[in-house]
Amino acid sequence: MSTEALQKNRQDLDHVVIRFVGDSGDGMQLTGTQFSTSAALLGNDIATFPNYPSEIRAPQGSLYGVSGFQVNIGATEINTPGDDLDLLVAMNPAALKMNVKDLKPGQMVLVDSDAFSRTNLQKAKYESNPLEDGSLSNYNVVAVPMTKLTREALKDTGLDSKSMTRSKNMFALGMLYWLYSKDPKHTEAFLQKKFKNKPQVVDANMKALKAGYHFADTLELMPTHYVIGPAEKEKGTYRIIMGNQATAWGLMAAAQKSGLELFLGSYPITPATDILHELVKWRHLNVTTFQAEDEIAGISSSIGASFAGKLAATSTSGPGLALKGEALGLAVMLEIPLVVVNVQRGGPSTGMPTKTEQADLMQAMYGRNGESPLIIVAAKSPADSYDMAFMAAKLSLEHMTPVILLTDGYIGNGSEPWRIKKLDEMPEIKHRRVTEYQEDFHPYVRDKKTLARPWAIPGTPGLEHVIGGLEKDKIDGHVSQDPVNHEEMVKLRADKVRKVKDYIPALETEFDQEGDLLVVGWGGTYGSLKTTVRKYKEQNPDAKVGLAHFSYINPLPHGVADTFSKFKQIIVPELNAGQFADLLRMTYPQFKYNKYDKIQGLPIGSEELIKEFNKILKAE
Amino acid sequence: MTTNIKYTFKDFASDQDVRWCPGCDDYVILRSIQKALPEIGRKKEDIVFISGIGCSSRFPYYMDNYGMHSIHGRAAAIATGTKLSNPDLSVWVTSGDGDSMAIGGNHFIHAIRRNIDLNYILFNNEIYGLTKGQFSPTSLLGQKTKSSPYGNVQAPFNPGELAIGAQGKFFARAAGNDAKLQVELYKAADNHKGTALVEILQNCVIFNDGAYNDISDKSVKADAQLVVEHGKPMIFGKDKNKGIILDGMKLKVATIGENGVKESDILVHDAHEPDPSLHLALINMKAPVVMGVIRAAKDKTLVDREKEATEYAKKFNPIKSFEELLFSGETYEV
Repeated sequence: MSTEALQKNRQDLDHVVIRFVGDSGDGMQLTGTQFSTSAALLGNDIATFPNYPSEIRAPQGSLYGVSGFQVNIGATEINTPGDDLDLLVAMNPAALKMNVKDLKPGQMVLVDSDAFSRTNLQKAKYESNPLEDGSLSNYNVVAVPMTKLTREALKDTGLDSKSMTRSKNMFALGMLYWLYSKDPKHTEAFLQKKFKNKPQVVDANMKALKAGYHFADTLELMPTHYVIGPAEKEKGTYRIIMGNQATAWGLMAAAQKSGLELFLGSYPITPATDILHELVKWRHLNVTTFQAEDEIAGISSSIGASFAGKLAATSTSGPGLALKGEALGLAVMLEIPLVVVNVQRGGPSTGMPTKTEQADLMQAMYGRNGESPLIIVAAKSPADSYDMAFMAAKLSLEHMTPVILLTDGYIGNGSEPWRIKKLDEMPEIKHRRVTEYQEDFHPYVRDKKTLARPWAIPGTPGLEHVIGGLEKDKIDGHVSQDPVNHEEMVKLRADKVRKVKDYIPALETEFDQEGDLLVVGWGGTYGSLKTTVRKYKEQNPDAKVGLAHFSYINPLPHGVADTFSKFKQIIVPELNAGQFADLLRMTYPQFKYNKYDKIQGLPIGSEELIKEFNKILKAE
Repeated sequence: MTTNIKYTFKDFASDQDVRWCPGCDDYVILRSIQKALPEIGRKKEDIVFISGIGCSSRFPYYMDNYGMHSIHGRAAAIATGTKLSNPDLSVWVTSGDGDSMAIGGNHFIHAIRRNIDLNYILFNNEIYGLTKGQFSPTSLLGQKTKSSPYGNVQAPFNPGELAIGAQGKFFARAAGNDAKLQVELYKAADNHKGTALVEILQNCVIFNDGAYNDISDKSVKADAQLVVEHGKPMIFGKDKNKGIILDGMKLKVATIGENGVKESDILVHDAHEPDPSLHLALINMKAPVVMGVIRAAKDKTLVDREKEATEYAKKFNPIKSFEELLFSGETYEV
């Protein structure tokens, strides 16, 4: 590629938020993934988020068939896929219409002007062509006849016009590589590998990519190109990882570390299915997956697997967790290890399956009959899902109780660079399996410190015993309906979970350790909150603002009251109607909690939250 | 795994008091399984009983093996996870008609479809016992129960027919009072690789007493039941002179020596036939009611197919360890 192109006007940027949007068939996911991977390989920090329609192949050009991919690329630490856009790439009118509202005023929207036909405008419900009627005058519109230019570039390939048109996403990608001064060699290598048996396809895509790159170079509409330098990160080997993949790998890591085999019983549900998709590939690495007939069989098979001595897990989303409730109660009663992953989505009922929410917190806490406490942990970012899935398994195995891991659609489908953590970096896991005969064995005699019971599994001679959902005697485990024993058992099970507090990290505060405002979050909002606090402190250098983010929900970690008491105000932003704030109020009623709830299926944006900070701090 | 230890039925009895109603057929089932197990010859610690909810599901408490008394309807799903996790175990499900075919219907048919190697003992008493007498999915039309005082309006399942519809490969049936036949069937079920469904026509002495009197009572048994055996002609009756012949597409009872019917005309039972048509006809016969191993067709089990898939992955997946996986694909150094 031309190096003199890089000599032209260049401008350094700290970070840039780009969204690629088009028809589901336009290859926007691929284009976005390629662009962000190239940026990461060149040292940028990134965070990405795909945005699919819930229809699989909606009619071409329609508003509900728009598919998108957003990436935030930075020369500094990036914690979210970004709020408002610096660049929108829209491949048709419908894509433009659905997304242009998120573009910052004055910023560039790059469109394929060939796609703005009368039919497509009608399908997008535009009465006139927005490229011509002045309605986009707030933006820098760069309209490029990408379809025509792609066909022109490919006219000697012998491909039919439909196949040629299919490469127009590569044309757009080529333009972006020029615009952001990125070497396209990663994509060239990718194309050669992906289509190695289809040289004609490789050739066409490479030609389109180059054509786009050179077109941007000569285009006067794009006088400047931008440079985003490498971000400072901890040294090590990195890869880009999606949240659901990280969850799957975290479970695998826990199995490897504990010397157990992994079992996943699961039923397909958006947005959790990728965990099943990932684990099913590794059946030759001591992973058994079982696609069950329903959600209940998903968890039930895992209970059966745990009984047989596997590290057992089940993955689902909100409606699935509701169906698993009774069986989860059984797991609490049996006191067996089991990891339940809930990739939360918009509810109630079917709700908004492809949109994110954090509204299953209370379901996780209380969604079972009877007194039925269990451990709840939450992942705060795509890469953190690895650590939290590992911790969920560790706590479950060491404390003999089910654990719910809460992630959400936003971090489950999002991706970011992850410094690869090998097994020797992960903490030890000491499971409680009993493999040899013991004189006078009782299945419900507990460890004095943790109150966890032993895990004797079928196949072990002399330890035969029956476990079940009926209340049992606190020692020998035989069925007991004795009133006093029942109350003792309820309290023992609760104490066992409560004691986990001593085995998890204490609450930490980022930014200021005391002062005016403490931002309290949990789970997948971490990136949004961190970005917002950082921005707020930049704008208000005198404000003393801290961020306390919870990875452990039940039990809550040590240090909560101590941390909370160091700040004048507390705000709890979350993607629900205030469930965590309610939980905190129940546990620590001595503090006043300002709520900030957002229930739109969207992450929290910095600007909206900064307004809220101001409201609280300026009102004082 | 088989064992050299010589067990007796007492080795499989737990120290728990059995709490079924006096006279219940469940006692016969319990004792018959306890008698069959020493003959089956598996190690005690390798045998697991998993149940759901209902009278039948108290069963694991009375066995001195590993066991789980789980939740209503889910035994088949739990047992599937246990068997997949440790295929060396002999996994038994004890369940009732409500547990298996109402609340657990989905798990029941899917376990059978997958042919997971379970011994599934279905205690069919055509009533809900533990909730005190409501109609079940096998209760007869018109049957008066606490929840159908004017007669049941919901048509019943025939468990064997349902199993065949779900691709079942093994089906056997015995009367609840027939300990001798039951012992043979439990042995055959454990010997069969795949989901082995054994239906026991179990009398509930409290809420549906006498439901099977016209089949099981000693006075009528010989003429009301045909006990089939693989490779043997289907002959029954007090005088051993009645048999099953094929009349067009249908099965018919004929008397040897009448209307020119000879013993050689009587159908010979082939339990191993893959085509289930004739087995289904036997399952659906009302007079006589067919007992014994009606169907035992060979097929791969879920575990067999899982093993094949794993071998395939081992051979063709280039990534051979978790460590390799972590560093596979695109990585970069910072």
